[in-house]
Amino acid sequence: MQHVSAVREPLVTGGKTLHDVTQDICYQVEAKPNIRWMAALSVALFFLGIFFYSVYRTVWYGIGEWGLNKTVNWAWDITNFVWWVGIGHAGTLISAVLLLFRQKWRSSINRAAEAMTIFAVICAAMFPVLHMGRPWLAYWVFPFQNTFGSLWVNFNSPLLWDVFAISTYFTVSLVFWYIGLIPDFATIRDRAKGSIAKFSYSMLSFGWKGSAKAWSRYETVSLILAGVSTPLVLSVHTIVSMDFATSVVPGWHTTIFPPYFVAGAIFSGFAMVLTLMLITRVVFRLEDYITLEHIALMNKIMMVTGSIVGVAYITEFFIAWYSQVEFEQYAFINRATGPYWWSYAAMMTCNVITPQLVWIRRVRYSIPLTFVLSIIVNIGMWFERFVIIVTSLHRDYLPSSWAMFSPSIIDIGLYVGTLGLFFTLFLLFAKFFPVINMAEVKTILKYTVDNGPTYNPQKAAHATPAPQPAIHGAPASAPVNYNKHD
Amino acid sequence: MTKRYALGIFEDEDVLLHAVENVRAAGVKIYDVFSPYPVHGIDDALGIERSRLPIAAFFFGMTGLSFALWMQIYMLGFDWPMIIGGKPHIALPAFIPVAFELTVFFTCHGMALTFFTITGLYPRPKVPVMDVRATDDKFVMAIELDETSSQFSRLTQLLRDNGASEVNQKEMTTK
Repeated sequence: MQHVSAVREPLVTGGKTLHDVTQDICYQVEAKPNIRWMAALSVALFFLGIFFYSVYRTVWYGIGEWGLNKTVNWAWDITNFVWWVGIGHAGTLISAVLLLFRQKWRSSINRAAEAMTIFAVICAAMFPVLHMGRPWLAYWVFPFQNTFGSLWVNFNSPLLWDVFAISTYFTVSLVFWYIGLIPDFATIRDRAKGSIAKFSYSMLSFGWKGSAKAWSRYETVSLILAGVSTPLVLSVHTIVSMDFATSVVPGWHTTIFPPYFVAGAIFSGFAMVLTLMLITRVVFRLEDYITLEHIALMNKIMMVTGSIVGVAYITEFFIAWYSQVEFEQYAFINRATGPYWWSYAAMMTCNVITPQLVWIRRVRYSIPLTFVLSIIVNIGMWFERFVIIVTSLHRDYLPSSWAMFSPSIIDIGLYVGTLGLFFTLFLLFAKFFPVINMAEVKTILKYTVDNGPTYNPQKAAHATPAPQPAIHGAPASAPVNYNKHD
Repeated sequence: MTKRYALGIFEDEDVLLHAVENVRAAGVKIYDVFSPYPVHGIDDALGIERSRLPIAAFFFGMTGLSFALWMQIYMLGFDWPMIIGGKPHIALPAFIPVAFELTVFFTCHGMALTFFTITGLYPRPKVPVMDVRATDDKFVMAIELDETSSQFSRLTQLLRDNGASEVNQKEMTTK
C-alpha cells in the first residue's frame, strides 16, 4: 500500500478515473491529425530538407564545405554533438534516476523525455559520423578483424570510448523506452477499430496482456534497467568530456570536466524537456497530467544543476590563476576578454544568472517565464560548448597560426537541420505513440488524485491539496469527469 | 484446444487483492489476473515467487565485463601490440570506460531478451485477450472451468461476494 502525505500537491488534477486516463492519452493517437500538428510537421520537414541538403554538400564536396581551418579544426560539429548528447541526458535522468529515488511525479513526463533522449542522440550522432568525411565507412570505428587493414581500433583513445558510450547509451535508452511502451501499445491495440491500427499495435504490443506475472517481471526488469542506466548516463557525458580533458590543450586539460559536463548536460536537458512539455501540454491538452507542480519541480532541478555549472565556471577560472601556468591563464583571460568575449558573456548570462531567477516562486510557477527561461538556457548551453571548443583552439601556442572561426552556410544548415530532424521525429512520436505513460500514471492515480474540477492555474498554485486515501476493501468512488475530450 | 474461463471483473485494485486472497482460501485455483497496471502485493496474494531476474542480470553483466576486458587485452596486448602514447600495451586504466560500457550493454540487452523470452513477448499480428478492458480500467481475474456445469454458478457467487462487478464466461483457443 502506498501512503501519500497530506501536504503533497496532487500529481494528477481534474479528478481523473482510470478510464479518463486511457481516454485522454489515446485521444491524440486515435483522432485525425489536427491542423496545428500538420503545420508544425511541415515546418519541421522543411528544416529536415535543409539537413539533407547540407549532408549532401558535406558528403559530396567534403569537410571543406564547413568553416573549419587548420587552427580551429573542431567547431560547430563537436559543439552541436555535445549539445545534443547533453540534451538527451535529462530523459535518462527522469526515467532512471528519478525511478530509483521513487519520485512519482516523473510518471507523466518520462515517456516524452525518453523519446527526447533517443531523438537527441540520433541528432548528436550525425556530427561525428559526418565529420569522418566518408560516413559509409563509419562502421570502421568498431573493432573488426584486421582484414580491413592491419590494425585494431585504439582502445586508449577517448574518441573510441565515445563510440562505445554513445552506442550503448542509444541502444539501452531505446530498449528501456520500448519496454515501457509495450503495456500502452496493448491499451491502444485493445481500443483500435480499424484493421491497420489493430494489426500495427498488435505487432508493437508484443502480445502483452497485463497478466500478474508479466507485470511482476516487468517491474523487476524496469528496476534493473534503471539501475544500470543511472551510472550509464553519468558515464556518457564523463566520456564526452574526456574527449577534451585528456588532451593537452589549455582550457581543456582539467579534471573538473566530467562532473561539470554531467551537470551541464542535465541542466540543458531539463531546459529542453521544459520547452517540449510546455508545448505538448497545451497542444495535446494535458494540463491535468503535466501540472504547474511538475513545471516547478523541473525548474528546481534546472536551478540546482545550473548552479553547479555556475560554480564550475568560477572554479575553472580560479584554478587557472592558482595553477600559475601562463598558457592556462591566457586561455581563460582570452575567453573572457578576447575576440570571442561576446560568446563568453552570452554563456555567463544565460547559464549563471538565468537559472537563479527560479528562486522566485512566481517565476517557477509561471508558464511564459519558464518557457522563455528554458529557451535562454538552451542557447546558453550551446554557447558554453562553443566557448570551450573554439576559444581554446583559436589561439594556440604559436601566435603566427592564430585564427578566427566563422561558420559556413553549410555549418548553419546542418545545425538547424538537426533541429528539423529532432522535431520531425518528436512530432511523429507525439502523434502515433502515447505521449504519457498511461500504465504508470494509473498506478499513482488513486493516491494522488484530487477530486476538484479540472485544471485551474490559480488553484494548482495555492489551494490546499485533497489527497484521497485508499479505502481498504471498498471500491473507489468514481468522481465526476469534468474534462472529456470525446 | 479450447478452454473455458470464468472472468471476474473488478473495479478497484484493493477489492481485487482481497478477492484474490479469499478465492484462493476457498480452494479455487486462479488461472491468471490481468490488470491495466502492476498491482502491488498481488505477487504474494497469488503466490508468485520472487523473480530470479536479478541473478540473470548479474551474470549478463559479468559476461559483458569479461568479454570487454578479454577483447581489449587480446587485441592490443597480444594480437597486434603497439606502443600508444608511451603507455604499456595492456593499459588497464584506459580500458575501464569500454569495459564499463559493455557491462551495461550486455546487462541491458541480456535482460530485455530474457524478459521477452520468459514472458512470451514477441511481435504477433493478432492478440487474443480475455477482456479488452483489462488494459483500460478493469481488473480481470480468470479461473479455468472444468466440464461440470454447476461450477460456473458457484464461482459467480464466490466472485460476486468478493466484490466483482460482473462475472463472464469466455472461451479461449490455445495451442
